[in-house]
Amino acid sequence: MKRLLLVACVLATTACSSLPQVQPWQKGNLAKPEMAFDSDPLDTRFMDHTYFSKEGASGGAGVGGGGCGCN
Amino acid sequence: MRASMIVIAVSAMLAGNVFAQEVGKSAPSFDVPGASANVRLADLKGKVVYVDFWASWCSPCKQSFPWMNDMQAKYGARGLQIVGITVDRKREDAEKFLASTPARFMVGFDTTGKVAEAYKPKGMPTSYLIGADGVVRAMHVGFKDSDRAELEREIEAALTAAKR
Repeated sequence: MKRLLLVACVLATTACSSLPQVQPWQKGNLAKPEMAFDSDPLDTRFMDHTYFSKEGASGGAGVGGGGCGCN
Repeated sequence: MRASMIVIAVSAMLAGNVFAQEVGKSAPSFDVPGASANVRLADLKGKVVYVDFWASWCSPCKQSFPWMNDMQAKYGARGLQIVGITVDRKREDAEKFLASTPARFMVGFDTTGKVAEAYKPKGMPTSYLIGADGVVRAMHVGFKDSDRAELEREIEAALTAAKR
């Protein structure tokens, strides 16, 4: 019984891996502006500037591209 | 028994993997609604077809449109047909994009995603250059200014090969 429970637990950890992935051509909703982490680019720049000035390390914040896989 | 369980577990983990349309294989046929009549790959037999998957929400796609208009104008007489297939779920979204970014080539509306499912483009935009023999000659993901020369060279090569 205990072993069965263990097997069930282990299998449950991989359960989501069999879900279909969002394909590049299905990313229309993800590309909407309201889906972005930063709603105001100017405000984000300002916050970033404060952040890296405080940390003494510029760069490393964010990556290029909007998830379309074209960079 | 244990081995077979491992095999099942591993295959379950890999189930989501996809295999893109390969260069050198025959291009999957499609039949989608167009601006007026349906756009079918079968109707373009004997032509060099440049299939471009685009979406209204993809900004590099917007940059590629003027270039594709130029290519259609320059090589259309030599047997090139550019087909822009939009993967937008709503046709209105694509129409709105086309109103501000005119396309002077064939446009197909793949609102069901069936064509994209067959070609499995790895990003937006992705283009496939299909030779006159119906075989995919080249595949290109993304669109940058620096890609233009290379893409044009491939189109010219395909047109030259079609003549022979």
